[in-house]
Amino acid sequence: MPKQSPVPDALDKPYFDALNEDRLVIQNWTCCQRLQHPPAATCGGCGSNQLQHMSWKQVSGNGTIYSYGVVYDSPIAVLQADQPYNVALIELEEDPGVKMLSHLPGRAVDDVPIGAKVKVIFETTPATGQKVPEWQVVS
Amino acid sequence: MPQTPMPPMSMFRTAVHPGLWEHKGKVAAVGVGHEGTARRWDGTAENCIGAWSIAACRKAIADAGVNPADVDGIVLDTSTTTGAHWPAGREIPMDVVQKFNQTDDPLDGIAQLSGEWMVKNMPELTNVKYIMTGPGCMSACIVVAAQAIGDGLAHTCLVLKSWHNLDGRYYQGGANAEPTISGNAKWTNPWAGPASLGTATQFQRYMYKYGKSHDMMAPFMQNSRHNGLMFPEGYWAQHRPEELPAEDYINARWVAKPANLFDNDIPIMASAAYLFTTAERARDMKQKPVYILNHARDNLVARGFGGFPTLEECEEACANVGVRLHEGAGIKPDDLSFENMYDGFSLFHVFHLEGLRTHGIGLGDALDAFQGDISISSPFPISPSGGNIGSGRTRFWKHTDCIQQIQGRAGARQISVPANIGVSGGPMPTGGNFTVWGSSPD
Repeated sequence: MPKQSPVPDALDKPYFDALNEDRLVIQNWTCCQRLQHPPAATCGGCGSNQLQHMSWKQVSGNGTIYSYGVVYDSPIAVLQADQPYNVALIELEEDPGVKMLSHLPGRAVDDVPIGAKVKVIFETTPATGQKVPEWQVVS
Repeated sequence: MPQTPMPPMSMFRTAVHPGLWEHKGKVAAVGVGHEGTARRWDGTAENCIGAWSIAACRKAIADAGVNPADVDGIVLDTSTTTGAHWPAGREIPMDVVQKFNQTDDPLDGIAQLSGEWMVKNMPELTNVKYIMTGPGCMSACIVVAAQAIGDGLAHTCLVLKSWHNLDGRYYQGGANAEPTISGNAKWTNPWAGPASLGTATQFQRYMYKYGKSHDMMAPFMQNSRHNGLMFPEGYWAQHRPEELPAEDYINARWVAKPANLFDNDIPIMASAAYLFTTAERARDMKQKPVYILNHARDNLVARGFGGFPTLEECEEACANVGVRLHEGAGIKPDDLSFENMYDGFSLFHVFHLEGLRTHGIGLGDALDAFQGDISISSPFPISPSGGNIGSGRTRFWKHTDCIQQIQGRAGARQISVPANIGVSGGPMPTGGNFTVWGSSPD
């Protein structure tokens, strides 16, 4: 499903570079042993902005569907042709507090099993070729 | 736009157990003023948001019966948008601008509102010394004004919130129409949708967790519209006096399932102002004082994306607010006579209500409660204001209703039980501001 291409910046470039190599990495603040997504300039746990406390941790790409909605009226132009579409919240196996969004490719509209296991795939966005994570239900 | 100062965070009560509010019962609401509702701005000077703001303030002053020269404070939200921003390159109507005493920003009074603009255009306000922003909505303005009066920074304060709405579909265009996306939106835009999607995912999880259905919202929606039609200042009462039958609600088109068209409050233009003063001064004023017993703010920081806190984070935030509100006001949960928590989007009224832990409504109970009597005649009226669902997106009907219920001036909406203590606030389950109102300062 065509999406807007996210434009990396200095902070999140390692995340997007890894996606282009079909790897999922998550910002890891070692000061609190805390995975954080989306990435930020400070640790959400303690507020540290010390770069020596920040690294990128490769994760398994396994997750679970936490919840979802079905979009019928999107303000985002590139998504409107595919309405209605699923938007699921995926929680990562390594830390369910970390959530990611997904259109659940291959899944029928509104046929979304909350609690089901999912696996990451990497989807190319049309404008720049930047890859983004997507998730598929594991049968 | 001229800078209107932002309040220090110390004005907001965010401690887990904040203790009794130091100004409990020492600040009172004494005046209410509403001006206009419209679906969109018609382009005229008399209906621009600045003109409506002036009118609302003058009505609040008159309602309270105070001399405008006695007003020494004004707290307002400088942002007036419902989501519609003045399009880049669109010509600014100078005939409208020139009807007012303009600041250095020609959009002031049209698509935003500074404190300076208000004072320049209300010459009768000759003694305003305290001007402050209440960021986001009336709920924040109320907190800032109440705390300012309690702290002695002002003694007679206007509290103002206005909303403009322009033509066209908002959030369309701009970055949402581009093939690439930068900034924080890069984490959501490639997948997401309308503003209600986050709430939709929370409510979906709620139904999954507690075994409920979207249809169970119907009695709440009917009740809200019914109450809104008894709010003469409201949009639906003024422009579309139609009840909302359950089948119309249930069969409405989805926007972000499980949030449908009616779960998304209708954006409108409107303006409301209140007059707050000290309890001591309030004794001699025209209207019965409504005492502010406490205010509280949620400060939970969700781990996820903006707009996508989890259900559990919403539940925690609402429960924290409930505890703070009750403890700070020195009341028990069941002391509440009625509630006017936020409802735009309608679905999270469930979370707000359950957070109050009042009248036997705990986690997972709100939708069951909606199947009983929640009307203004019930022992515990739910949203007697009708909220945004009943009168349009302003985030202030609930506050006006709390004041009017306790004053006994709610007209056809007046609840059957004695309106002694009410609660209002919002907007979102995480990050909102909330107020407890009382008929007595004690």
